[in-house]
Amino acid sequence: MMLLKRLVTVVPTLIGVVIVTFLLTRVLPGDPAVYFAGPAATPQSIAEIRKSLGLDRPLPDQFARYVSDLAHGNFGNSLSTGRPVASEIASRLPASAELTLSGLFLAIAIAVPLGIFAAVRQGSWIDHLCRLVATAGVSLPVFFTGLLLVYVFYFRLGWSPAPLGRLDAFATSPPDITGFYLIDSLITGNFETFRATLGQLILPAVTLAIFSLAPITRMTRASMLAVLASEFIRTARASGLDRRTVILTYAFRNAMLPVVTTLGMVFSFLLGANVLVEKVFAWPGIGSYAVEALLQSDFAPVQGFVLTMAVLYVALNLAIDLLYGVIDPRVRVEG
Amino acid sequence: MSEAGLAAAPPAALQAKTPANSMLRHAVYVVTDNPVTGLAFGLFLLIALCALLGPHLAPYDPLASDTSATLQSPSLRHWFGTDLLGRDIFSRVIVATRLDFMIAIASVALVLLIGGLAGISAGFFGGWTDRVIGRISDTIMAFPLFVLAMGIVAALGNTVTNIVIATAIINFPLYVRVARAEANVRREAGFVQAARLSGNGDMRILLTQILPNIMPIMMVQLSLTMGYAILNAAGLSFIGLGVKPPTPEWGIMVAEGANNIISGEWWVAFFPGGALMVAVFCFNLLGDGLRDLVDPQRRT
Amino acid sequence: MKRRDFLKSASGLAIGATFPLPAILSPARADARSETLLVVTEGGPNNLDIHGVGTNRPGYETSWNCYDRLISHETKALPDGTMSYDRDKFKGELAEDMNLGDMSVTFKLKKGAKFHDGAPVTASDVKWSLDRAVTVGGFPTVQMKAGSLADKEQFVVVDERTIRIDFARKDRLTLPDLAVIVPGVYNSGLLKKKATEKDPWAMEYTKSNTAGSGAYKVVSWKPGVEVVYERHDDWVGGKLPQIRRVIWRTVPSQGNRRALMERGDADISFDLSSKDTFEMKKEGRLAIVSHPIGNGMYSVDMNVKNPPFDNPKVRQAVAYALPYQKIMDAAMFGLANPLFGGASNDITDITWPAKTAYVNDMAKAKALMAESGASGIDTTISYDLGAGDICEPISVLVQESLAQIGIKTAINKVPGANWRSEMAKKTMPLMINFFSGWLDYPEYFFFWCYSGQNAIFNTPSYVNADMDALIDGARTAAAIGDKEKYAKDVEGFISKAYREVPRIPLFQPFLNLAMQKNISGYVYWFHRQLDYRSIVKG
Repeated sequence: MMLLKRLVTVVPTLIGVVIVTFLLTRVLPGDPAVYFAGPAATPQSIAEIRKSLGLDRPLPDQFARYVSDLAHGNFGNSLSTGRPVASEIASRLPASAELTLSGLFLAIAIAVPLGIFAAVRQGSWIDHLCRLVATAGVSLPVFFTGLLLVYVFYFRLGWSPAPLGRLDAFATSPPDITGFYLIDSLITGNFETFRATLGQLILPAVTLAIFSLAPITRMTRASMLAVLASEFIRTARASGLDRRTVILTYAFRNAMLPVVTTLGMVFSFLLGANVLVEKVFAWPGIGSYAVEALLQSDFAPVQGFVLTMAVLYVALNLAIDLLYGVIDPRVRVEG
Repeated sequence: MSEAGLAAAPPAALQAKTPANSMLRHAVYVVTDNPVTGLAFGLFLLIALCALLGPHLAPYDPLASDTSATLQSPSLRHWFGTDLLGRDIFSRVIVATRLDFMIAIASVALVLLIGGLAGISAGFFGGWTDRVIGRISDTIMAFPLFVLAMGIVAALGNTVTNIVIATAIINFPLYVRVARAEANVRREAGFVQAARLSGNGDMRILLTQILPNIMPIMMVQLSLTMGYAILNAAGLSFIGLGVKPPTPEWGIMVAEGANNIISGEWWVAFFPGGALMVAVFCFNLLGDGLRDLVDPQRRT
Repeated sequence: MKRRDFLKSASGLAIGATFPLPAILSPARADARSETLLVVTEGGPNNLDIHGVGTNRPGYETSWNCYDRLISHETKALPDGTMSYDRDKFKGELAEDMNLGDMSVTFKLKKGAKFHDGAPVTASDVKWSLDRAVTVGGFPTVQMKAGSLADKEQFVVVDERTIRIDFARKDRLTLPDLAVIVPGVYNSGLLKKKATEKDPWAMEYTKSNTAGSGAYKVVSWKPGVEVVYERHDDWVGGKLPQIRRVIWRTVPSQGNRRALMERGDADISFDLSSKDTFEMKKEGRLAIVSHPIGNGMYSVDMNVKNPPFDNPKVRQAVAYALPYQKIMDAAMFGLANPLFGGASNDITDITWPAKTAYVNDMAKAKALMAESGASGIDTTISYDLGAGDICEPISVLVQESLAQIGIKTAINKVPGANWRSEMAKKTMPLMINFFSGWLDYPEYFFFWCYSGQNAIFNTPSYVNADMDALIDGARTAAAIGDKEKYAKDVEGFISKAYREVPRIPLFQPFLNLAMQKNISGYVYWFHRQLDYRSIVKG
């Protein structure tokens, strides 16, 4: 079956990812044994701790242990928080996912209409403006955009709530059903929490959206242009169908394919930008978790984070391929 | 197979016979037809000029600190104001142009070399070469890009060289993909067959026939990557993994100045941020313009 | 309150209608707000127990507020009105009575002292806790040893409410050592149940749970996000705190912390940068408190084992080349006590930290370099990125100045968590360093930073028999109460350190915090963390 075939091609990639993460974190400077031994540590106590952490074994040994741990779902423990990495990632993943998906959703909601509009009015000043706006958004470092938004909308205007993370300090978090505060608070009918969550989510989501407008707009525009110039659209127009139907019902549907492919790339792009946005907005996601661990030469969380991301990315691409099949029957027949 | 050869852009050998000024005429047409592209080209020249002449244009020594004049707002003496150590921001922004431009160009040159070569080898030879390069490329793509850059710089040390290497590595898959597709298309093209018949070995064909032909398509990617390289360096600086102080570099100036926005000293981050934005903006628009220039069919 | 005023204005109402209002504005929440303290800092704890392996400094704050000790310090008011702990006056915290003998001290525990779970505090709990402190190794054990508390045999349970601590030797530091964070009293009954064979001291449990008798207990901890405390209403260690609930939020971005304070959305921002402190003081909207960090200094340290800094003339040349005032202005905005420009390097009193006689004198520096015979030096100056605010301007200014006397310097930023490892390696030729000792006595500082045991804090790797003799002499003199010999030796070792200058003192930094105007009761403690117990709101 197609699904199985795709899964098989993924295996060597995953192996590569595991090897690379292992090597990368072992090359990081800083000695966790010294960190643990604390101040006034003697060389003996450092050596003892190194032994207890298993860091004195040769590299292949450590790798074998690492792989067998992974097979049991054991991502190791974080040195800095002392908790199992797997549970920390599981608890923080919904926060990042909610943020990234909100940003993506917002970006699509703005970029797709913008791209269609630009394509329909190709060559006009609207077209140029759309291009300029989209490109401008992606030309600033994402952390700078975030800080600017905080300055303007929180500090100066007071419209947005304090950048204290997912929820204001005095609000209670909804019960943990999906981990997505927006969904959980709606399900349990807690509208106050829903509004509080939405308020905290707006600025960081907008920051991410600004950053991902450009590729989506560009792709939509290009794709729409190509489709609008094609034969079947000419036929539709000649048959007397009104403009709206032609653009939305016929052209748009067909133009969506390449845009859907772009979404995969944009999502991966956003996962990286997430790291910076989480730092600015004190968002308790896996991005900030991984960065702090990285700067402390704390191997396990970084490895866990990267592996999780790689698996997610592969799963996402798989989903896109399947979505492709749904949108475009030709792919299904050939595949 | 011959159809594929015909559909591709005219090979370099034929192009040389076409008068140079028709190419120039086409370029002028593209630039003037789309004012945005014209603007981008103009900006690019300005940036290149700044990079070249930088230190000569700066009124003050970008490294000279003056603690009696810290955090002064823009004035006639200091057009862009001064920073935390009293250094003139205008001078630092101008001099930083060279470093950032170099980072952009070096990253792009490196990735073009390794990605381009890997890609065309994969496309041309196929088989195991293709599979291995494909797996390496997929492995790199599976990492969130920025995190991989962070990891590489953290592991190797935060020097300009390592930032360039990290940027090149994370853009590698993109170039491999483009180069591979192009090489695949041209693999059985007429001019390649002709070269083979004349006794040219595979490597020779790769370097002299195929590589020059894919350059135009790659040019578009290059300019986008240049913008990305600079943004990447800025993001790394925000985390603390950027260039070392007191080197003037836009990204680290923005990262350092970011904290001053709240306390009202907007100029410390605004001007380097503005310069950075203008440069990246210019490179992105340039990419679009180059695409129009090189292959009107793919115009977006 | 700022938020209330904002709401009252018409524009606030209009905006409130279109944007979601923060939850605090509902009336019920407003009451909760007045009894809750919201503290924001850059980082949070990685372990709630100071005995834990690798516990970071924010973790000390939790231990301080959630666990009691036998004794603590009285507080005193300084001339400028700030409150500080009183180094020389002790008071009972868990102990109601202290009987100081010749080679031992006996404590009687307060009646009605209860742990958070309701169990009574007994002398066996105290013994178990002190045993734990000296057994678990790492930082806590070393700290106990600094006060000559090293063996379990020293801690003797006399009866259910009485415990005796036997001295191994006379040491002036033993009593103050019992008042530091480390010898907290743990709920041994509870912890023994949570212990396992591999974990006999229940370290796993105390990492994320507090099992003490202190004024506060942790009710929720999300690592990297927040710690929520609630008051222990049966606390007997002192006057019951006014604040019922403390929320400690981690906000990594410095700009955002400042924004939160200026908009009134947080109560206390702890450990501010000098720049923010200086500016916020000028604006006058918040209450700003600055206090010099006791027994602490920023210094430029040089490795004296290897060339070029093994040459004392080179070190002295560097000492004359540093732009001290520029450094204080750029790095600290004047919020520090200068440790340069004193009368002479021959010290004549025991105030510590003391000023050196060095000043910025380029001519003298160049002359000394010529005398030293060294030339064309190429070196690296390293600093802790975690203290980048302060160290970065210093490094750039030092680089500039050293260039003028022929020393080329590259700057090396070391990420915060790696700084300890780098120090342990003892290979950094030149660095910017900060050290502050909990026990505010000069011999304590010198014990860690200048003595032959070559501890991790002896960053210059300075080992000298004469210096050791002076340090030991001072400690012994203090133990037996010989004030004259003590003064002589202290003045001796400070003078020697300043003449040979393996470490060039720069300044004594201030600890800064910002509070909303309705907050008071802040007390400066030697551990430089926030004590919630004395804070009053409104």
